[in-house]
Amino acid sequence: METFYPSTVEEAVTVLEEGVTPLAGGTDLMVEVNFGHSRPERVLALRRVEELAEWDGNRIGAGVVWRRLERHGPRALAQAARTVGSPQIRNAGTIGGNVATASPAGDGHPFLAAVDASIEVRSTEGSRLIPWDEFFVGVKETALRPNELITAVVLPDELPERHAFGKVGVRNAMVISTVCCVVTRGSDGTTTVALGSVAPTPMRAYRAEQMISAQAQPSESDLAEFARRVAEEVQPITDHRSTEAYRRHASGVLARRLLERCLVESAA
Amino acid sequence: MIVSFRLNGKEATFPVGHPASLLDVLRADLGAAGAKNACEQGECGSCSVLLDGVLVCSCLVMAADVEGSEVATVEGVNPADSSLHPVQQAMDDAGAVQCGFCTPGIVVAAADLFDHNPHPSQAEIKEALAGNICRCTGYGAILRAFEQLAGRDAP
Repeated sequence: METFYPSTVEEAVTVLEEGVTPLAGGTDLMVEVNFGHSRPERVLALRRVEELAEWDGNRIGAGVVWRRLERHGPRALAQAARTVGSPQIRNAGTIGGNVATASPAGDGHPFLAAVDASIEVRSTEGSRLIPWDEFFVGVKETALRPNELITAVVLPDELPERHAFGKVGVRNAMVISTVCCVVTRGSDGTTTVALGSVAPTPMRAYRAEQMISAQAQPSESDLAEFARRVAEEVQPITDHRSTEAYRRHASGVLARRLLERCLVESAA
Repeated sequence: MIVSFRLNGKEATFPVGHPASLLDVLRADLGAAGAKNACEQGECGSCSVLLDGVLVCSCLVMAADVEGSEVATVEGVNPADSSLHPVQQAMDDAGAVQCGFCTPGIVVAAADLFDHNPHPSQAEIKEALAGNICRCTGYGAILRAFEQLAGRDAP
């Protein structure tokens, strides 16, 4: 096994090519290794690349760990970070690794989708920004090319006034999402709702968004219709973690609850 | 390739031929068997160590990635001398050890908590130990041990 220990992004991208495996916190990769599903021969160890851990306003370096997001992130992203794994996992796992793995259950993804974030990637040819809905292309599949390194997630300059994250799982700590969701609501009523674990990639419930954004002060029946549309738009499957029917139901309940949380805060 | 790092304050080296975990190297190559191997997927916390002062699961650290780093296992939570760390003494006093398999990981996680926050609340203690599973379900005594150490009355 060959290991590279770059100290800058520039050095890192010079060795990155097909067959080289980037290693950040290891919380996904090492599970694959320990269970014999992956045996990387050439490893690009990124822990020493300090610039990847830089966080400047709306540009969050790929090497920023959950622990920092939990303490200093925008509210809904901090709430999501707080539910990832355990202290040990949050100390090691990074936002860059979370998007790179592209698990349908990635807890960081709904926030990125809800605020229309982009993923910044770099190769020896330069940098490019990939909008979240072009980056995630399938279950554990992304638009990243073999010679590209994820360097940051980039949030919009202005975040919606209110945003909230929620997650349904079988217990509190150390749990992988059955459904996770972020709802945002701007001061003009513009609402977004993004969900994870209910489709091959993170997704937005655009028809529900359109309907509720038009309501300045949603009534009880508007809220019920919002929940119904969210449940209709998600595309969950039945697997070892839950059923299609439960995920669909929980998506509507969770989205409505998070919207109500945003509305209460707007009124206060 | 030979990897060099500091283990519990002493220089250590090991050869790397395949993508082994730090946990495997500690136990198989370096004779540091305090960190325990159970789930190999970061869920149980029995392999907890400090990597450059940060609490992590050693089963999820690629061994090659500790090059130049400092690792502390349960054998090194009290590096100054061989006496017990206060969290070890607290567990002993409270009878907070049953089969003992989770104990090293709990000691490392609790030492990390108390070294940063000498008087944690009950919620902070529970949160700090959320990644450590005790399959004897001996959580009551473990929690009482650390509440007493934090200077709180046990529930």
